[in-house]
Amino acid sequence: MLEAILAGLGGLVVGFKLLFVNWQNLIMMFVGGGLLYLGIKKDCEPLLLVPIGFGCILVNIPLSDVMLKDGFIRTIYDAGIDTELFPLLIFIGIGAMTDFGPVLAQPYTFLLGAAGQFGIFLTLLLALALGFPKLDAVSIGIIGACDGPTAIYVTSKYAPHLLGAVAVAAYSYMSLVPVIQPPIMKLLTTEKEKKTVMKFTAKPVSKTTKLLFPLVITIVGGCIAPKGLPLLATIMLGNLMKESGVVARLTGAAENEIANVVTLFLGLCIGATMAGPAFIRAETLIILGLGFLAICLDTVCGVLFGKLLYIITGGKINPLIGSAGISAFPMAARVVAKVGMQYNKKNYLLMHAMGANAGGQIGSVIAAAVMLSVLAGMGVIR
Amino acid sequence: MEMDNVTFGVTMLVAGMGGTLVTLGLLSLMMLGLGKLFPYKEEAGKEG
Repeated sequence: MLEAILAGLGGLVVGFKLLFVNWQNLIMMFVGGGLLYLGIKKDCEPLLLVPIGFGCILVNIPLSDVMLKDGFIRTIYDAGIDTELFPLLIFIGIGAMTDFGPVLAQPYTFLLGAAGQFGIFLTLLLALALGFPKLDAVSIGIIGACDGPTAIYVTSKYAPHLLGAVAVAAYSYMSLVPVIQPPIMKLLTTEKEKKTVMKFTAKPVSKTTKLLFPLVITIVGGCIAPKGLPLLATIMLGNLMKESGVVARLTGAAENEIANVVTLFLGLCIGATMAGPAFIRAETLIILGLGFLAICLDTVCGVLFGKLLYIITGGKINPLIGSAGISAFPMAARVVAKVGMQYNKKNYLLMHAMGANAGGQIGSVIAAAVMLSVLAGMGVIR
Repeated sequence: MEMDNVTFGVTMLVAGMGGTLVTLGLLSLMMLGLGKLFPYKEEAGKEG
């Protein structure tokens, strides 16, 4: 009987023993703790980093079965990530939350939103040069979209083994935009360019235009890049609901209840893909490095395109707003306004930058949609 | 035939980035057109 009791008690310490045998799991539990610290103490994308951090700890506890067949996170993963449903549901919420008025008031800012996507394709080239397989390189490049749901959508579909690294890179760097962008913006522009004053006259947009906008984007974008239609359609559906003003309950549900529940599940699932042996590899560090580079390249190309517009318009456009052509909304626009004010206290660039930033939001989705359709055109994906 | 990485990368850069620029340029023109077709004042007048 004593033997049976000792064997039973022994079962209680197996986990602790394995904790020190599988050192990768132990390290990843610290990484999970670090993510929780960033989310809770540093207010760094807490809505995602808290469930990601917790999911990461959970999956690395020895003998944890949360990601095994029928495990509770595996069930959520199969239902929402494998099917690409979660990023799409998040997109309905993003569409319902975003006011595209600034980009509709200044449609040229769509082009700044396009320039901010160069990082995706340049990083893809770099990843290929470093020896990553084609679809892995595509998923790494998409970090440059600066758009978490788009990165998750593409990666879960074409390189699910990279999901943890890509998602963590996308969300971490998005929250670091205020740190990453200013030095690049300052380095690439002259004193005179930085001080360029852009006058803003509030140009209201008619309700009809605001209602037609999501429909036009869905139909035209869908015809050009049908492989990305789910991405385009969901963000535009959310926006149509918001602008129509007749489905306030649905809009509210999309931007609150649905977005909140899906964010929680999405975060847990991403965290649960960060199991030590699969995550602690040189490849992960390279992906994190390339992701950082992608966002730097987005900023560089955005500012350079802003400089081109500065020349074309005879100095009427401040090149700094080019850096807002990414999807980190409205953070990137706020960064532009702050940097602009540092050089000219009477220069209010916020509304112009908001236009570029809203353009960047559409730009990232269009870039991903175009990318998928080009891949399908080449026969790389079906 | 398997496509080599250089061809793949350059195609993605040219067709992908080019396609993104052209699509967003087209959408920008369409939004400009929509703004002219349905100006704010005109609509406010109708509503008023």
